[in-house]
Amino acid sequence: MKIIKKAQCGSLESSDLMIYIEPSDGVKIEVESSISQLHNKEIEYLVIEELKARNIDKVYIKIHDSGAMNLTIKARLKTVLNRGIKNEDQA
Amino acid sequence: MKNKLGIDIPKFVEGLGNLKPYKGPFNRIRKVSKEEITQVPTKIRSSLPGRKKLINSLEKVIELSGLKNGDTISFHHHLRNGDHLLMKVMKTLDKMGFKDLTIFSSSLTSAHQNLYEYVENGVIKRIFTSGLRGELGKFVSRGKMDIPVIIRSHGGRARAIKTGEVKIDVAFIGAPSSDKEGNLNGVRGPSACGSLGYAMVDAKYANCTIAITDHLVEYPNTPISIPQYEIDYIVKIDRIGDPDKIGSGSTRLTKNPVDLVIAENAAKAILYSGYFGQGMSFQTGAGGASLATAKYLADIMEKKQVVGSYAIGGISSYMIDLYKRGLFKKMFDVQSFDKGVVSSLLNNDDHIEISADFYANPFNSGAIINDLDIVVLAAYEIDTDFNVNVLVDSHGYAQGASGGHSDTSAGAKLTVIVAPSFRARIPTVVDKVNTIITPGETVDILVTERGIAINPRRKDLIENLKSKGLPIRDIHDLRKKVELITNNPKMAEYSDKVCGFIEYRDGTILDTIKQVVEKY
Amino acid sequence: MKIKLRRTMLYIPGNNPGMLQVADIFGADSVLFDLEDSVPLSEKDAARDLVANMITYRAYENIEITVRVNPITTSCFKNDVKEIIASKNLQAIRLPKTNTPEDVSKLEELIEKCEKENGIKIGSINIHPMIETALGVENAFSIATASKRVNAITIGGQDLTADMGIAKTKTAEEILWARSRIVMAAKAAKIDVLDTVFTDINDEEGLIEETKLIKKIGFTGKAVINPRQIDPVHKVFMPTEKEIKWAKEVINAYNHGLNLGKGVIACKGKMIDPPVVKRAEKIITILDLLK
Repeated sequence: MKIIKKAQCGSLESSDLMIYIEPSDGVKIEVESSISQLHNKEIEYLVIEELKARNIDKVYIKIHDSGAMNLTIKARLKTVLNRGIKNEDQA
Repeated sequence: MKNKLGIDIPKFVEGLGNLKPYKGPFNRIRKVSKEEITQVPTKIRSSLPGRKKLINSLEKVIELSGLKNGDTISFHHHLRNGDHLLMKVMKTLDKMGFKDLTIFSSSLTSAHQNLYEYVENGVIKRIFTSGLRGELGKFVSRGKMDIPVIIRSHGGRARAIKTGEVKIDVAFIGAPSSDKEGNLNGVRGPSACGSLGYAMVDAKYANCTIAITDHLVEYPNTPISIPQYEIDYIVKIDRIGDPDKIGSGSTRLTKNPVDLVIAENAAKAILYSGYFGQGMSFQTGAGGASLATAKYLADIMEKKQVVGSYAIGGISSYMIDLYKRGLFKKMFDVQSFDKGVVSSLLNNDDHIEISADFYANPFNSGAIINDLDIVVLAAYEIDTDFNVNVLVDSHGYAQGASGGHSDTSAGAKLTVIVAPSFRARIPTVVDKVNTIITPGETVDILVTERGIAINPRRKDLIENLKSKGLPIRDIHDLRKKVELITNNPKMAEYSDKVCGFIEYRDGTILDTIKQVVEKY
Repeated sequence: MKIKLRRTMLYIPGNNPGMLQVADIFGADSVLFDLEDSVPLSEKDAARDLVANMITYRAYENIEITVRVNPITTSCFKNDVKEIIASKNLQAIRLPKTNTPEDVSKLEELIEKCEKENGIKIGSINIHPMIETALGVENAFSIATASKRVNAITIGGQDLTADMGIAKTKTAEEILWARSRIVMAAKAAKIDVLDTVFTDINDEEGLIEETKLIKKIGFTGKAVINPRQIDPVHKVFMPTEKEIKWAKEVINAYNHGLNLGKGVIACKGKMIDPPVVKRAEKIITILDLLK
């Protein structure tokens, strides 16, 4: 699967996260958190797994986490990746 | 050696001396008369007629105090996040070249987080406090202190002073108002902070007491919270602090729906506990769910026409509202939680300023909390033995305070912990807490949004609360449920290095603060 | 089948993880995750993904989970239904702006297809048509009986008044007939019937008044938009002490009479016939469910 455009999803509200993606040469993931840095690696692993499952190897992902649960992170990731691979007319 | 909670406590620590292991909440209190320890006599101070106490600079007064390297200096934290004094004094001490001092403050807030710089440059060698916040808390948890810090409860601090376990060489007392002889109160002046409850003990037992004020008034200054015969010197400076920053949060009630669910259930649990009724005494923290519990409880009191005896503790504007509604007859105030409390303390005879000794010291002939019926407290974490942590945050840093948590839990007939079952992705109900501040033996009920757990040792409460439509569940079930929701997130990791000791109110050691491993 | 109380149905905006993750703690009988009006058009996909994940993984306790999808006429409708059903643990889909029994049939067809695809027992997902147009009101009974899956119908007050070209007022006389019509349709179809939301969350008295009114008309529950509204509504639907006492007396007298083989049974001088006994039994059933 190929990321063809910039996309964004989520919010800065507590228990949520903001994800931004854009096409890139390889996989680049940046995670920051307003709650704690303790789970940044955990979030990164989650993202890597999801990218592998979808066969995506060229994307830049930036996440700002506000204490989201894993299931929220997965849902937001799904949304943003789907937005990134879609053409405008498919929306 | 292992203490009663199974925690390894060294017998001796360089720089701190011999340590006593915790043996149960009332074990040492029961036996202390046999230890034949006496109240340590304080150095006799004298004053000739006509002596002038008012000194014109901080440097000069420090010189006069006779402070030496390695001495212990004390502070109080009534101005909380708005305190300017402690850092000002430290700056002066640094400039004067002092080294190896022990900071003995009733607590340290975010206003004091840069204290670690004075540890790094050798001015400070030891820290004894109730709380640690911000960068200072991280500094301690990273293991940067050569001598571990000691965390004490408010009652425990008063005890340590009276027994001489901690000898204060010079007490620096921020005084919102003073006269030229040193009659102090906290209810007048631009930095008025309300009660001076913690400072009262320091003034009485220190070898030398310096009052630092920004509001010098005509003699005599009344009301007198701390009398002139306990004050050696007075200095006037521009500002001792900003009282607008005392209240850490808003005193308005929370609208957080989870907190409201917890509070409503907590109020119901109190109603049916057997301790609700005419003349009951009550204490609550100023946090969201704690204060909201007071709101729901007050509504029930009004409906059932119940009038309480007294409210105690940190007094907030909200508690004053409850007094005004006629729900409590008196208020005992060791620490005023917001600026709005000041005028009540000044004008209302039913609002009584008390010292930390009077409030919670286990080693006197009767602190007020020994008679307390109900206390509602918060928790960072609580384990399946009901042990509570209010100091170390989920990332492993010391970012909180012991305060009166363990004192009131021990004293009150009913201790209710209110806490969400998880925050962000971190569970609150756990197998083992990061650090024990309050032993589970003194905790009775945990109220979360996902159910109420009763300490199995309280058979009476289990009986009283059953079939009342309350969501009672076993604390182990609750923990499992929370684990299912939070899905085992990464928790803080520690090395074996001890960065601090949690001293229980009776002077025994309850737990340690471990060095956090920062792997990210 | 076990009778389930559906006194309150708490709306939760579908794109709000903070609220979705605590949906089951407020004591509502049902929760309603909303993909329709509370979600802006640009976030429909995000809310759908989030709600689906919440239902799959969050392990909600003792609560009926329903989702309000977008109306049949929108492009989101099919994806909403497909993804939400794929999340498994769903109990019902609320269909907004249901105008005709054909709308229900269309949804039923799609649900059945999705149930098959996901290995879910056919017929396990219920439909709650939401009637919020004049046409819908006129078709109320045929909508209520359009499918076996319809086990509750509900009225949407704001959209209905908009469709009628009038304003919704606090006293709501303008929808009284529609309410009664929908209640009657539900009673005829022997299903639950839920009232519209009371929008002023600070007016508890107004909420209680309205709930008393709709209970009297025959509604079995009410949608709520804030956790604070749950308790007042439950209190209104709780049988009163007087009702409970009456119900117990009726049932005792009736059983006593049966044992004696009496033809006409009376309780405190009033004749009690089967409908009266049935009502008394229902009160006791509700009481038991609340224990």
